[in-house]
Amino acid sequence: MLSFAAWSAAEGGHAGAAGEPSGFLGVLAQGAWLIPVVPLLAVGLIVLFGKRLPLKGWELAEGALVFVGLYGAALLIGNWVDPFAFERHVEIARIGVLPGGHDLVLEWGWVVDGLSTMMYFVVGVVGSFVFTYAKGYMKGDVRFTWFFAAFSLFAGGMLVLVSSPNTIQLIVGWELVGVASYLLIGHWWEDHANNAAAIKAFLVNKVADVGLFIGVIISGLVVGSFRFTDLLDAVEAGDSALADVGVWVGLALFIGAMGKSAQWPFHVWLPDAMAGPTPVSSLMHAATMVTAGVYLLGRMFPFYQAEGFGAGLKPLILVIGALTLFLGGLLALVQDDIKKVLAYSTVSQLGYMTAAMGAGAYTAGLFHLFTHAFFKGLLFLAAGSVIHAVHSNNMSDMGGLRKAMPKTYWTFLIGSLALAGIVPLAGFWSKDEILASLAYDGQHGGGGLATFVLVLALAGAFVTAFYMARTVNLTFFGKYKGQAHLHESPRVMTYPLIGLAALAAVGGLVNMPGWFTAFTSWLAARAHPIVEHHASGLNWGLAALGTLAALAGIAAGTALFGRDRATQRERDRFRIPVLYPLLEHKYYLDDLYDYGLVRPIRGPLARAANWSNNVIIDGAVNAFGVVARRLASLVYGGFDQRGIDLGINAAAAAAGEAGGALRRVQTGKVQQYAAALFLGAVALVVGFLIFT
Amino acid sequence: MTINQFLILGSLLFSLGVYGVLVRRNAVAVLLSIELMLAAVNINLVAFGSLLGDTLRTGHIFALFVITVAAAEVGIGLAIVILIFRNRASANVDELDLMKW
Amino acid sequence: MSFGDWIGQSENIVFLVIGVVMLVAGFWVVTSRNLVHAVLMLVLALAGSAALFLMLGAEFVAWTVVLVYIGAVVVLFLFGLMITRAPLRRDPVSLDHARRWPAMLVAGAVFATLAYATTAFYGWKEGAAVTPSPTGDLGDLLFNRFVIPFEAVSFVLLAALIGGIVLARKDPRE
Repeated sequence: MLSFAAWSAAEGGHAGAAGEPSGFLGVLAQGAWLIPVVPLLAVGLIVLFGKRLPLKGWELAEGALVFVGLYGAALLIGNWVDPFAFERHVEIARIGVLPGGHDLVLEWGWVVDGLSTMMYFVVGVVGSFVFTYAKGYMKGDVRFTWFFAAFSLFAGGMLVLVSSPNTIQLIVGWELVGVASYLLIGHWWEDHANNAAAIKAFLVNKVADVGLFIGVIISGLVVGSFRFTDLLDAVEAGDSALADVGVWVGLALFIGAMGKSAQWPFHVWLPDAMAGPTPVSSLMHAATMVTAGVYLLGRMFPFYQAEGFGAGLKPLILVIGALTLFLGGLLALVQDDIKKVLAYSTVSQLGYMTAAMGAGAYTAGLFHLFTHAFFKGLLFLAAGSVIHAVHSNNMSDMGGLRKAMPKTYWTFLIGSLALAGIVPLAGFWSKDEILASLAYDGQHGGGGLATFVLVLALAGAFVTAFYMARTVNLTFFGKYKGQAHLHESPRVMTYPLIGLAALAAVGGLVNMPGWFTAFTSWLAARAHPIVEHHASGLNWGLAALGTLAALAGIAAGTALFGRDRATQRERDRFRIPVLYPLLEHKYYLDDLYDYGLVRPIRGPLARAANWSNNVIIDGAVNAFGVVARRLASLVYGGFDQRGIDLGINAAAAAAGEAGGALRRVQTGKVQQYAAALFLGAVALVVGFLIFT
Repeated sequence: MTINQFLILGSLLFSLGVYGVLVRRNAVAVLLSIELMLAAVNINLVAFGSLLGDTLRTGHIFALFVITVAAAEVGIGLAIVILIFRNRASANVDELDLMKW
Repeated sequence: MSFGDWIGQSENIVFLVIGVVMLVAGFWVVTSRNLVHAVLMLVLALAGSAALFLMLGAEFVAWTVVLVYIGAVVVLFLFGLMITRAPLRRDPVSLDHARRWPAMLVAGAVFATLAYATTAFYGWKEGAAVTPSPTGDLGDLLFNRFVIPFEAVSFVLLAALIGGIVLARKDPRE
């Protein structure tokens, strides 16, 4: 029961970084509920009318995303000029009363603060580019209109997620993107492998979501409210009830984040998700959906900073992040499928973001999320352009595409250099900031662990540059090994590439420590201020180390893979001796899951469930059915057939017999008719005489 | 003369005519019986016209009309009988039973 | 009045004689096995009715009966007999139906009803004095008071005329 009377505004009622926006900005902030609603509306419209529109529904999807992008940009600029943190809630239902006297309330709302605005901007801008690209990539697809409906659903769900002021709504958005991911990975469901990949993504996410649910439930019940502000207020106030369960809540929420953000060991779904169309891989599995976990950590950051609550989990977060970062990167080294390279690269970069969060570096982690959206989104789109031309995902079918597809080549190169962290492209700045914060944490509380992670991060930078150089060489240099006719992609696909490349080039310049840190101030506009260290200037040592690692990686990659070898496997096996089989089998992790988890469930457990269902449950249902049938036949045979039908049939037979008898009167002989006539007349007269 | 004597005579002739209509098999004979019936009707009518002190002589006038109509009816009736005879080569009314069930 | 008084009047004797003749003739009309005899008996019956009409003072009606009925209608019957090849002498096949009693019953019922219905209203007393109806008066009445039925009947005649021709002519298609 939506009661608009139950408006409640949660201000930044703390002496903090932000206040209520006023004037035009206030209008924008109050209208920000449109941001998730417009794409969701587009879904409905596309489903209903899409096929009849001239561009088959694409215009609705793109329009929605452009709207979001412009709105997000406006909010971002507004936030920069006049920082604010803003929330609105609309009560939907009251679902119970807690012992403490709190009412449990179900609400819908929207947040407009630095973090959310940044996400709106990313989703809107990158989404607009990707949707434009997808118009060309999915041209002629059998389910073009539905694709954009599902894609808009994803956009809407993601925006619900990042605009939610309470954990319940966060879960709604979380699940929406999960569903959209399932739909889109399995977009070409005619191939069963795609279905399997979609299910794998969904199930792995679902397993991790158990953590999310537990965390939300416990925190909600203990605090008495599902709102983030109330939760973080309790943290700030040092609420003892929450502190008792703080570790469990933090752990549970982190597990949820691990699933969505593909942290080790939940990362296994992401490479398989590459079965979906490339625009999907770009937007969902690189730029936005997978960052939902990082976003959650960011939203709950004060929780994870506060001693006694989530702070004890920071080492765990660090370790997981580091593992993901390094192991994911290694796996990217041995892939033949270009999208899988980028998938593992995404896993690795997500590890960077998580590690940064674990090191207490709020801005660094989110800045990397920001820049990563641009260059990884770009890389996927460019890879898609290559795949579109070559009709194969495998790099063994590529080579020498530099001349035939110049725009793709240059944009891919820019993206790769950004990813590798070459100054002045975006990745340099964000990666450097992570390294700096790891170093800082190592000296201030994180201890040896943080320093070790720093070393791993540097090694990871090397590996990143290495595999990207490998990829660039195998794809764009050497001799072309395939048979397809090569051509550059159409403008509808290359223009977004150029746009994203521009963003990847200059996107990092918004947060240059010591010179121009607009991004930091954007993010700082929150109801609960973040306590973290901000570097006063560039850490030249680390910057140099990072750049060195990247250059070394590029050099190694070019040296080893610059010249053609007969087969790609030969090249790899020759170069990466011991590790290759381990890497080839993805550390046997998928096999572990398969034999340890999937098969026991599929086999005995499933069979037992099937038996119980067939014999017990179906048996009961069937028994009802049999009884009903017997009863029905009894009624039909005994009552209806013999009783009622007999009566009716007898009446009909009587009518027939009477008719049969009476018809003999019609002899056709006129004299008999005349006789009847006279007799009738006589009878009439007699009657007349008698009765008068 | 009483009127009743004429009425009884008329009834007798009429019932003779009815008998003839019902019993004869030849179509012309049936028409003949019908003429007998009409003659009986005429007797009744003229008796009424004369013996009831009717200055308008309605009965006589009506009798004239009856005669006229009877003549017309015989003409048509015989024409029909001739037509039937042409189609079936027989004037037997028993054979005219197409309206039989 | 009683039967003796009634038979005492000479007109009634004449009436009785003519009546018996008509009845016998009528009986022969409906039972004769020779169709031509039946037609001739009809002539007799009609002639008897004409005589009765004369007795009743309806001279014009009487002579109209003789002219139209006997003169034209009966002749028509004879023609009809000839054209339909009716057997002109005693018919070997019976002219009547096999079972006659239903017809007798019906005729009997009709007679009883009719006789009772018509005579119950009137007594056996002397009727009004019979005055002859002059033809001129009849003509007067016919064209003044009864002109509408007169016209209607003339239509009937017209219809019969046309109908007779149409029905009995040879099929124009042949």
